[in-house]
Amino acid sequence: MRKTVPLWIVLGVVVAAFLFTHLGGNRYLYFAGYFVLQYIVLATAWNILGGYTGYVNFGTAAFFATGAYSALVLILAFKAPLPVQILAGAIAAGLLGLGIGYLTLRLRGVFFSIATLALSVVLMTVVSNWEYVGGGKGLSIIRPKPPALFPSHAEYLFVVMVCLAAGAVALAWWIEHSWVGRGLAAIRDNEEAAECMGVPTLRLKLLATTLSGSLMGVAGTPFPYYVTLVEPGSVFSLDYAVNSLAMPMIGGTTTWVGPIIGAVLLGTAQQVATVTISSELNLLIVGIVLVAFVLLAPQGIVGLVQRLFRRRRG
Amino acid sequence: MAALLEVRGVTKRFGGFRALNEVSLEVREGERFGLIGPNGSGKTTLINCISGALGTDGGTLIFRGKDITRLPAHRRTRLGICRSFQIPRPFTSMTILENLCIPLEYAAHDQVPRSAVAGEAMEILRLMGLDAKADTRPADLTQIDMRKLELARAMAAKPRLLISDEAMAGLSHAEVDAMLPILFALSERGITIIMIEHIMRAVMRFSQRIAVLDAGEKIAEGSPDEVVNNKRVETAYLGE
Amino acid sequence: MVSLDLLLNAIVAGILLGGFYAAVSLGISVSFGLLDIVNIAHPAFVILGSYTAYAMNRFAGLDPLLTGLLFTPVFYALGVMVYRLYYLGFERKGEESLRGLVFFFGTLFIVEVVLLLAYGVDYRMIEADYVGRSFHIGVVGIAFRLLLPCLVGLMITLALHLFLSRTFYGRAIKAVSQDSQALRLMGVNPVKIKRIAFALSIATASLAGALLILIGPVEPSIGREYIGRVFAIVVLGGMGSISGTLVAGIILGIAESLTSTFSGPSWAPAVSFGILLVVLAVRPAGLLGR
Repeated sequence: MRKTVPLWIVLGVVVAAFLFTHLGGNRYLYFAGYFVLQYIVLATAWNILGGYTGYVNFGTAAFFATGAYSALVLILAFKAPLPVQILAGAIAAGLLGLGIGYLTLRLRGVFFSIATLALSVVLMTVVSNWEYVGGGKGLSIIRPKPPALFPSHAEYLFVVMVCLAAGAVALAWWIEHSWVGRGLAAIRDNEEAAECMGVPTLRLKLLATTLSGSLMGVAGTPFPYYVTLVEPGSVFSLDYAVNSLAMPMIGGTTTWVGPIIGAVLLGTAQQVATVTISSELNLLIVGIVLVAFVLLAPQGIVGLVQRLFRRRRG
Repeated sequence: MAALLEVRGVTKRFGGFRALNEVSLEVREGERFGLIGPNGSGKTTLINCISGALGTDGGTLIFRGKDITRLPAHRRTRLGICRSFQIPRPFTSMTILENLCIPLEYAAHDQVPRSAVAGEAMEILRLMGLDAKADTRPADLTQIDMRKLELARAMAAKPRLLISDEAMAGLSHAEVDAMLPILFALSERGITIIMIEHIMRAVMRFSQRIAVLDAGEKIAEGSPDEVVNNKRVETAYLGE
Repeated sequence: MVSLDLLLNAIVAGILLGGFYAAVSLGISVSFGLLDIVNIAHPAFVILGSYTAYAMNRFAGLDPLLTGLLFTPVFYALGVMVYRLYYLGFERKGEESLRGLVFFFGTLFIVEVVLLLAYGVDYRMIEADYVGRSFHIGVVGIAFRLLLPCLVGLMITLALHLFLSRTFYGRAIKAVSQDSQALRLMGVNPVKIKRIAFALSIATASLAGALLILIGPVEPSIGREYIGRVFAIVVLGGMGSISGTLVAGIILGIAESLTSTFSGPSWAPAVSFGILLVVLAVRPAGLLGR
């Protein structure tokens, strides 16, 4: 595929989304769409480190929250516009990823995973003690007027998320097909052998951690405008960790397509389930499906489809 | 011939256990060097120290005149030291061809332009007789093909020094005879080779010089004939 | 100037808390330290033990410690089941241990949500008359709700330590991670040993959970705080060293107690993580590790 084609696809998707918002439609649809798109970013971000490189991050909430709270601080201090918030969130979360990676990636992968799990708890504690952003009770903000071209905030945030999702997927696609992606795959398959084949494993792992964390932070930056009430309990919810992990594992971890499939399927299912059955029961189902896939279909849906095709070929 | 690799007084401990005790040896440029010794004598540990998989507790390693004792493994690979693994460790999610692309793209980064990578990989596969299977996965290979893949990958890293760690363990007579010409061909390309083997036939035929380790110490070094007639070596293998 | 009273009380409370933390960490010390199985769901099983104690207390008036003891075989059986799943899914195939990690994470999540469905988000506590009492030695106040879990925790730790060093199965468990080949030659099935060890680690969760609800009220997500603590203790104490787990537990307990007293209780969860990071960065083998 020529290098410029994906860029046109991304642009096309964004323009299509923008036009779509002017067709009208239920505001709830945009919120639900935002929810799924947000998870496309999170799942794709998780997969860069998890699926491509083989390092499991349980602390998605920590990175997501870093983005959200960076945005919040900028809103409170400077009334900064959204693009600036997104940049800040990307940098802050990227640095967090780099930091935690630097501390733990020279040890076994297990320690990285445990550190990310503990990271969420610690950051939540820090944030809960920080009065400026509302401490444990949280803070309410008022959305400024959406930019001129959008009828309301719902459509604006929706299109923003479409841009972010398209960007994230494009990044994942590029990584997967580049020498970086091949190096990451070598690390995933056999890190020691990769090191012996000249792959600078630590450097690539740090790159993956930084990119992954940064994207997760980016997913979190529009969050304050989305919910208007920013409180630690919801920002640091374990749901983020479980979903951003379950979606790629269910969709398929080896390609950029898997996280999208997982995010759309699981995200939509959850939106439906939360309305029809209780939200806790919905989470239980996510957990059970995750465990089932990890035990029985580790390659996810993409893997199942591939196996089906291989069998047909004979 | 100049010394390509100098091992000077290398020591390695695991807790209280001394796996290597002040081992010194020299491998000359272009040489075919054999490293033998009974099980547990420290051969693999020495190899791990040379390749950088393990750090040393004493002594120095000099490669091409440079002190590499503190250098990380992937840097040593770029300098030209490459090893194959005793138990093959292919990249399971990739095809055979892609397995070779990794060392070509990374270790041989300065020597092979990106556009030539796939072509180079096919060349090496042809040399090994694996080109027909270029698109298969490692899981579908036979034992001997896996061993060949290991050597192929090591070759794709364009090494100056190739360490073949028991590449022929468990192979039949005929299979060993099929692997040896490959190693000879590599040597003819100018690659210095250290061969670790238990299969005496292979080591004797292949090596120009042999070093013998026992219980972490070097007990003999010399031509194959000298080593075979060495009393200490006989004792180490057969007991008193 | 720091009041000596306050300091002493904080340290004593920390020691007592530490003994309890060690008891909670025993399971991980065995499964992660000895078997190399990263069971991050262990805190969830501990919480399960807490809720079991709560339920038995509520509906049968049973003392939590009694419940903890009675249900130990039940948790042992649960451990056997979980290990079977883990083994069939991962260990037998020699798969990446990281997928096993995801498996346990999923299990952690499922247990937490089930408890949430059954009991809701409210804190639950038990009513036992000795819980509220305390006594004084000089200026130091010792609360029963801290003392009892610490003592019981010490007892479990001692029992496990004796089991691992004196009995045949115990020593086999210690050996299985280092030399399963030798075990096979002795006619012992390494898989069976691992299964026993893992089941034991889950069995400790029953009593540990009962102790937890004695110390204070519980709610389903409390387990997550303990993941950081438990792994910090096991890494600090050295993987697989029972005595190390005890020492590390006490160190963590004191650190948390001092932080809680002088910087405020809301900072306590961060302490374990800080310790974990420092240990990982400086000396991953821990204090008394191999």
